[in-house]
Amino acid sequence: MLVKTTKWELWIVAVATVSLLAVLPSLNAFTAPESLMHVSDFTINLYGKYLCYGILAISVDLLWGYTGLLSLGQCLFFALGGYMMGMYLMRMIGDLGQYHQPIPDFLVFLGWSRLPTFWEPFSSFAFALVMVILLPAVLALVFGFLAFRSRIKGVYFAILTQALTYAGCLLFFRNDLLMGGNNGFTDFKFIAGYDLRNASTQRGLYICTVLLLLGTYALCKWLTATKFGKVQQAIRDSENRVLFSGYATAHFKLFVFVLAAIIAGLAGALYVPQVGIINPSEMGPDKSLEAIIWVAVGGRGTLIGPVIGAFAVNAMKSWATRAYPDLWLLFLGLTFILVTLFMPKGIVGLPAQLGVVKQRFWPAKPVVDESKPVVVEEAPLTKPD
Amino acid sequence: MKRYLLQVISLVAGLSLASQVKAQNTVKVGVLHSLSGTMAISETSLRDVLLFAFDEINNAGGIKVGDTSYKIDPVIVDGASNWPLFAEKAKQLLEEDKVAVTFGCWTSVSRKSVLPVYEKDNGLLFYPVQYEGEELSKNIFYTAEAVNQQAIPAVDYLLAQGKKKFYLIGTDYVYPQTTDLILYKYLLLHGVPPENIGGGFRKDDSGKVISAGKYVPFSYTDFQQIVADIKQFAASGDACVINTINGDSNVPFFKEIVAAGLTPADCPVVSFSLAEDELRSMPTKDMVGELGCWTYFMSLKTPENKTFLNNWNSWLQTESYPGVIKEKRAVDSPMVLSYDGVYLWKEAVEKAGTFDVDAVRKVLESGDISFEGPGGKITVQANHHCTKNVYIGETKANGQFKILETFPQVVGEPFLLKDLDDKLAAKQ
Repeated sequence: MLVKTTKWELWIVAVATVSLLAVLPSLNAFTAPESLMHVSDFTINLYGKYLCYGILAISVDLLWGYTGLLSLGQCLFFALGGYMMGMYLMRMIGDLGQYHQPIPDFLVFLGWSRLPTFWEPFSSFAFALVMVILLPAVLALVFGFLAFRSRIKGVYFAILTQALTYAGCLLFFRNDLLMGGNNGFTDFKFIAGYDLRNASTQRGLYICTVLLLLGTYALCKWLTATKFGKVQQAIRDSENRVLFSGYATAHFKLFVFVLAAIIAGLAGALYVPQVGIINPSEMGPDKSLEAIIWVAVGGRGTLIGPVIGAFAVNAMKSWATRAYPDLWLLFLGLTFILVTLFMPKGIVGLPAQLGVVKQRFWPAKPVVDESKPVVVEEAPLTKPD
Repeated sequence: MKRYLLQVISLVAGLSLASQVKAQNTVKVGVLHSLSGTMAISETSLRDVLLFAFDEINNAGGIKVGDTSYKIDPVIVDGASNWPLFAEKAKQLLEEDKVAVTFGCWTSVSRKSVLPVYEKDNGLLFYPVQYEGEELSKNIFYTAEAVNQQAIPAVDYLLAQGKKKFYLIGTDYVYPQTTDLILYKYLLLHGVPPENIGGGFRKDDSGKVISAGKYVPFSYTDFQQIVADIKQFAASGDACVINTINGDSNVPFFKEIVAAGLTPADCPVVSFSLAEDELRSMPTKDMVGELGCWTYFMSLKTPENKTFLNNWNSWLQTESYPGVIKEKRAVDSPMVLSYDGVYLWKEAVEKAGTFDVDAVRKVLESGDISFEGPGGKITVQANHHCTKNVYIGETKANGQFKILETFPQVVGEPFLLKDLDDKLAAKQ
């Protein structure tokens, strides 16, 4: 079942692009804080965080919704991208830390008086950017190669990815790794010469995030519509048939796995300067599970669904942790149960579902023609208009 | 006529309502703790004691600034044991709710994640839980125990008891690593040779010790080998164990200690992360006689503590906040230090005559702000830490401590490493 771009989806993307890229930042920059129209720095920062999650969710869906690979470790790549950016940001603190030493505080903490060798190149922004892409990509390549060559599939693949991210989490917890241990990196000051504490820098990062999201969306939209994308979706639907048709499915899966890792890594790199902290708990298996939930809530197998899901779930979390600090987990849990039970296609599938319900209770123009059998037209789930 | 009467009534009602609103001046105060996730078990108690302190202050008339009294209006948020969420919630409290002060955080990582937010928005945070020090932010006041208000007095006590060998064991994160490194240097300075410090060392290329002690991951359970090591180390009868293991790993650790036949008489264990609240879920019968060191114990016999415990218990019976557990509550040092923080802040605000952060900070830094808390007198110092009493206690089977020794009015000192290095260099 191939998903085509509907007019409906195009409209949503167009409206979202204009409001996220032009309207919100302008309202933040050019209106007075007292004005009713004003969008606060806090909101911009918060949306930037949600959109990073949105990009991560697309990468999850590229694997799960389009290729049938349920990866429970996507946050590992997200966090690795974040860590690579974090190393650069730590170097940019210079001697403004607690100890006023030229090396990061936690190294002084651990008794180091000079920079470990592998930290040195991270003073360069360009090198850090390369590593943001390279490290997740190489790890995904090696792990994916071993996993797909051994034809590890389904639940076994899910368990392995979960174990991988947990291993990463435990590794980064160790102070010996010289990556900040349990506390990770925080208290960043500058990025590429701009002060991270300025509202304009945060706005810039937010705009970068919107652009990356749009770029990722466009790339995935294009990729899933090509012949490659068709093979990819065929693998999801029946890998054996694709294999017997002469396609090396492992190569296809490996490519998608590496691509998804790169996308997640880039999202992580933009996430860290906006939230101001990266630490091993970002690699915890629960974080990757959360990402799966965003995709399920938003709508698997579509490209706007994951973004909507990530945005909706996190916005709800932000609101509920303030409004109902005691009950919000119950809220969230209940939402997930209800969504899985009653909205198998997620938020994006809701209009189509409502269409089906409408068709059942208020059938549109029942054409009674004795010569033909009555056919109740069922609206296709993915074509909601 | 009837209509006229109605108008008068509504006008009077409106006026009285308006005056009521005016009499109820409030000040927003943030409470930033994990109410869900792994840290909830510890941090929820701090939320409860803060609500208690706010109610106590509000019932006594609120905070007097100039001629007006302000009631405390708590804004409670859940950090959910999620460190980026802590930063987000801190931003929300400061930028959206515009709270005058925040009481919050337990783990060092949560404090580190909100620190840049408080510095950027010039907020005020009171931090109540023992920590590794080596930090001083102009926007944070640490009612917490610094290392020299917990670990160092404990070592002093053990040295005075004639202990000559010290085994260091902890969970691998920043608090134990830093504390043990400080203790290593402190012990060297007090004439304990390196071979009498157990748990192993790690050195950098130049041979300088950068980490001392044995470290296990979070939730580690297999202590057989380590305890066998300790037993060998303690064979001479003059050894003790400095335990900075965090959380549930302590259960198998103490079980193993008992199984190996190590008794407090020949090798006491002093723990820095186990207070009365944690002991409720520990096998305390295995731990009788082991040591603890805090700036408050529930078993303190002072009148202030008696009043505090009475009020706390009666508050628990009458309060109606959602999620506050009423039965079998223990009180411990982090809770009391949270409570003290509220009163220290109140006193500083009243003295400054404003809620303005810069003015309040100036008053807090003056050294004149102190409070007769349940754990004794606590005074804020210019370095944002507090002077307070330190107590050494012995665990009893009921999960309480018997107080063995008091170090009165210890001055909190966050930066110890460099000072110890200098002293060691001078000694050689």
